[in-house]
Amino acid sequence: MVTVATVIIGAYGLRMARTTSDFLVASREVSPAWNAAAISGEYLSAASFLGVAGLVLKQGVDVLWYPVGFAAGYLALLLFVSAPLRRSRAFTLPDFCELRLGSARLRKLATLFVILIGWLYLVPQLQGAGLTLRTVTGGPYPVGVLLVGLVVIANVALGGMRSITFVQAFQYWLKLTALAVPIIFLVLHWQADGRPQLAPPAGQTFAHATTVEFDHSATLVRPDGSTVDVPAHTSMAFPAGAPIPQVRGADVSTGADWLLPGATEHGGRRDRGLFNAYSLILATFLGTMGLPHVLVRFYTNRDGAAARRTTLVVLGLVGLFYLLPTLYGVLGRVYTPRLLMTGDTDAVVLVLPGAALPGLTGQLLGALVAAGAFAAFLSTSSGLLTSVAGVLSTDLLGRGSVRDFRVYAVLAGLVPVALALRADGLDVSQVVGLAFAVAASSFCPLLVLGIWWRGLTSVGAAAGVTVGGGAALAAVITTVAGPRLSGWPAVLVGQPAAWSVPLAFLVMVSVSLLTRRRVPVDVGLTMLRLHAPDPLRL
Amino acid sequence: MPAEPPKRVRVVLADAAPPRGGDHTRTELEEQTGIGEALVKGLVRTQLSLALRCAAVVAVGLGSLPLLFTVAPSVAGTRPFGVVLPWLLLGVAAYPFLFGVGWAYTHLVERNERDFTDLVEKH
Repeated sequence: MVTVATVIIGAYGLRMARTTSDFLVASREVSPAWNAAAISGEYLSAASFLGVAGLVLKQGVDVLWYPVGFAAGYLALLLFVSAPLRRSRAFTLPDFCELRLGSARLRKLATLFVILIGWLYLVPQLQGAGLTLRTVTGGPYPVGVLLVGLVVIANVALGGMRSITFVQAFQYWLKLTALAVPIIFLVLHWQADGRPQLAPPAGQTFAHATTVEFDHSATLVRPDGSTVDVPAHTSMAFPAGAPIPQVRGADVSTGADWLLPGATEHGGRRDRGLFNAYSLILATFLGTMGLPHVLVRFYTNRDGAAARRTTLVVLGLVGLFYLLPTLYGVLGRVYTPRLLMTGDTDAVVLVLPGAALPGLTGQLLGALVAAGAFAAFLSTSSGLLTSVAGVLSTDLLGRGSVRDFRVYAVLAGLVPVALALRADGLDVSQVVGLAFAVAASSFCPLLVLGIWWRGLTSVGAAAGVTVGGGAALAAVITTVAGPRLSGWPAVLVGQPAAWSVPLAFLVMVSVSLLTRRRVPVDVGLTMLRLHAPDPLRL
Repeated sequence: MPAEPPKRVRVVLADAAPPRGGDHTRTELEEQTGIGEALVKGLVRTQLSLALRCAAVVAVGLGSLPLLFTVAPSVAGTRPFGVVLPWLLLGVAAYPFLFGVGWAYTHLVERNERDFTDLVEKH
């Protein structure tokens, strides 16, 4: 039943996402409220919808910095970027490079980073898709990734340029409803259950009789210290009230570690936990402004002041949304602890309504949540793929014809599909966090210095983007594909923003100072255009 | 005693032409004369310092939390309203706080821009 409902709603969502319009329709004046809902609709991705709750379930209070940072990114955008960027009349980041610094080579470099960040951000969307299909239908993970990947590619390649503002705005309200309605039922159910403790000091127990299915072999550690080896593809039944064993080697926090901030995942080393927290804060606060599909939307604002209003409303809408996933993660501790044993923590949002609520109610609410998840990855990945294929076909390789766009949409879509097939074990939110780190170390300094500092030169900008973005990218590749590290190297590479962002700023400023003679001659006029209040029409 | 007669007021038609000064400053800005450039630099500096001050409020308000929780674990363990403090701060309070800073910034930055517009149009 859930499957049928999901397929119907998924098909409907696809039809909605396919309602095409040439960009002219969306680029007419759109009010800040609609525009903001549209930006939020495109922004709230699988990472927000599934990943945050999954991480909260697994690691507790420390990962609340992810949603806070995802929202705070819009404050940074508001303070430093939104109005001047709109006034610059740049449509994409490469456009901004050319308008501000007049360098075609810098434009190409920026285009390259748009593509890399876009790919990096698409991978977790497809991961979320594979996970959702596996959870809802029981099919294998690669089938889900391939299916959704191909659907999104076909949608973008055949369906035209982009869906209209109304559709994206609708997606936001769909996602909000899909999480808000079930959580009301779930919290009431938790109240009626006598508010079971979320992190009991004596260790967690199963609330209901539960059968856990293991796809991979695992070693379980019982509370008394004895161990059991479980081979792959077997299931184990636990009666209600049985203590929950831990899986050896799984990165799961328990008891006070989960409840209280600090050094959970770093073997008790406080300094490492602290570094991790600050690095994550820096990446998410400063990375949002560098995401390719976010900036494009600002062009549809009337002027700089409207862009600012839009950003403020986005901050409110996104903040409202992020109140919800945390609750799913928290209640998941009580009702779906088996996810901690199988490792599928990202599925908690999908599984929780069915696991906690009996009968039809749980199934219907489960279907609603699944529909929201589909909306999440369809809207975000379509927007991203459109951005990536757009810059590929106009800037880097093709000549901007519709045929080029279609060819490059297919090429640009296949790469993240291939990567997502290999990324089964990684947390959705963590991969997204890495994409933010790369954006924060490349485009954030470029935008902030470009808007506020006259002394920036194209050479300095290129050097900063190459060194900072390149370093963050190298860290990401090492995390995903490299050898397993431990101790400080693991922390520095796993969460690079705390050193790569200052490095990018430093290189950009010092190389610009060394090449002072290459400051554009019209920098005064550019600054006037970026900062002069809109009513002056300068 | 008769009321004082109203003062004579000279009535003219509404200004037909914009004040001449507005054109003057506008030209200074557009042609990037010394005065024009100084005006733009001043505006950029005002706006940047406002943005940095708002960012500092967030850096102190939110950025100090990880350090606080590490230095004073007992604070992290308190339970106002029955919810452990870090959950309350990061799960709920952070969002209205961020929105409040954003709202205040928008308010102040628009005031700066009005001042600048007045300056240009009146001189």
